[in-house]
Amino acid sequence: MTGNRVRVRQNATALWTLVTKEYFRIVRIWVQTLVPPAITMSLYFVIFGNLIGRRIGEMDGFGYMQFIAPGLIMMSVITNSYGNVVSSFFGAKFARHIEEMLVSPMPASLILLGHVAGGVIRGLLVGFLVTLIALFFTELRPEHPFVTMSVVFLTAVVFALAGLINAIFAKKFDDISIIPTFVLTPLTYLGGVFYSISLLPDFWQKVSLANPVLYMVNAFRYGILGVSDIPIDYAYFIIGVFIVSLYSFALLLLKRGVGIRE
Amino acid sequence: MRALQIRGLTKVYDNGMHALKGIDLDVEEGEFCALLGPNGAGKTTTIGILTSLINKSAGSVEIFGHDIDRDLTLAKACLGLVPQEINLNLFEKVLNIVVTQGGYYGIPRDLAMERAEKYLRQLQLWDRRDEVARSLSGGMKRRLMIARALVHEPRLLILDEPTAGVDIEIRRSMWSFLRQINAAGTTIILTTHYLEEAETLCRHVAIIDEGRIIENDRMSRVLRKLSVETFVLNLDREIQAPPRLPGYEVRMVDASTIEVDVQNNRDINDLFADLSGNDLRVVSMRNKANRLEELFLHIVDNKAAANRGAS
Ligand SMILES: Nc1ncnc2c1ncn2[C@@H]1O[C@H](COP(=O)(O)OP(=O)(O)OP(=O)(O)O)[C@@H](O)[C@H]1O
Ligand SMILES: [Mg+2]
Repeated sequence: MTGNRVRVRQNATALWTLVTKEYFRIVRIWVQTLVPPAITMSLYFVIFGNLIGRRIGEMDGFGYMQFIAPGLIMMSVITNSYGNVVSSFFGAKFARHIEEMLVSPMPASLILLGHVAGGVIRGLLVGFLVTLIALFFTELRPEHPFVTMSVVFLTAVVFALAGLINAIFAKKFDDISIIPTFVLTPLTYLGGVFYSISLLPDFWQKVSLANPVLYMVNAFRYGILGVSDIPIDYAYFIIGVFIVSLYSFALLLLKRGVGIRE
Repeated sequence: MRALQIRGLTKVYDNGMHALKGIDLDVEEGEFCALLGPNGAGKTTTIGILTSLINKSAGSVEIFGHDIDRDLTLAKACLGLVPQEINLNLFEKVLNIVVTQGGYYGIPRDLAMERAEKYLRQLQLWDRRDEVARSLSGGMKRRLMIARALVHEPRLLILDEPTAGVDIEIRRSMWSFLRQINAAGTTIILTTHYLEEAETLCRHVAIIDEGRIIENDRMSRVLRKLSVETFVLNLDREIQAPPRLPGYEVRMVDASTIEVDVQNNRDINDLFADLSGNDLRVVSMRNKANRLEELFLHIVDNKAAANRGAS
């Protein structure tokens, strides 16, 4: 009994140590972690929102700038929560200081949670920055604050988990850019960040529905603007399924020691 | 209490390499044990399995009675590892590295800080606590890894070649540091290729070769097995030919230096008497090689010869 309580306290210390380490890593290398998304997103807002957007007119009853702002926020949350875990975990594997955790009594589930927390923190920090930038260009007043906050948080969790799995399998630096380039970027660009799928022909609308990012972006847009191409409960359901399955898979890989133990 | 008990430990790597072929090894609590063996013998593989960095293929390991298959968490808490390869986060500050490691072991931050200071001071790294690990020299990085391995004050400390590439002065200060923590009760297992180091520090020695333990005994008993010792003698004058010393094998190194093989059933007094009989005085004398080194080569050579015979 007391043994268990000691264990719980030690685990809490271990998790807190990992989370703060991840947080300070993000802050320490802010030029790599926080500045690039801020610059890219500012460019998107200026070029797509402002210059081109004026010619596009309305999308789903909103100005184009207002329409893409939620999409761009989500896009940066997705890439950054993914990117943080992939580079932090792969970096630790590559330089072998992952062994500091592996030799310690810290269970695999905490190694997982700590890294995911790091990804979520970076995703949300960047999301917050991009929101601030968006406010220079347009007005954003969440229609459904709870939906907005929960969707952005859960989406960050999904992609932090995905990034962890990518890092577990990665053997060289190339391997941590392949998935983002060939899978993540296409999915987000085609996930309704820049357009409403109602613009697409029937067939492509159906194809788009197979893209999980579409649900997340639309749920978030619904949270802010109150419009969505898809029903919101679908979005929660899909996000939930992804979290549960990615979590179980990542935990299994860590417990087996895939990519980290001979 | 037994600090470590290994039974039938086997490791086959994915590429088919049979690195460990059934190892049995016991280390008693409080022991200072050398784990020796040529390159590729399986030392790091064994240590990797103990510290759960490598999955074993078969066999069992108990650390202070905690089986690593059943009570891994408890077993890990007893262990500290200084690995062979540098595995530091080079962009992290020295003090943070030690304190963070303490955190992973569940040590509250204040206590981890206190211990980090204690060990960094003892290992002469405290002045560099705010520098990133990358800026440390090779020898300092090794000492940092020792401080990191001690922050949770493990009962069993395993060091895989901690003194590789460390200068002689620092090496000696590391020796006295290790002796001190061993005297304070920490069981130590050390691998090294400096056999003088093993002989000076360790009371127990296990020799592993090609994945098998070929020697495992108290250091003093192992050294007694050495059947021949070679001494190098400096004489007070030059001679033309090796002196006739019945019962000893004598070789000339140069005009005033000879090498003498002494069987361990003979004593050196006789040798000096015989030299005096030849009207030769000895100015100075030393062992040709470190005793453990000679024994080691002897054992490993014998085994290689036996293998050649068998195949
Ligand atoms: N990851 C690996 N995959 C395949 N074979 C390996 C791996 N690591 C080690 N080996 C092989 O296992 C054997 C034992 O290696 P190990 O590292 O345990 O030796 P060692 O006794 O520590 O040697 P050294 O004194 O050089 O450090 C060697 O033949 C080595 O080539
Ligand atoms: Mg080795």
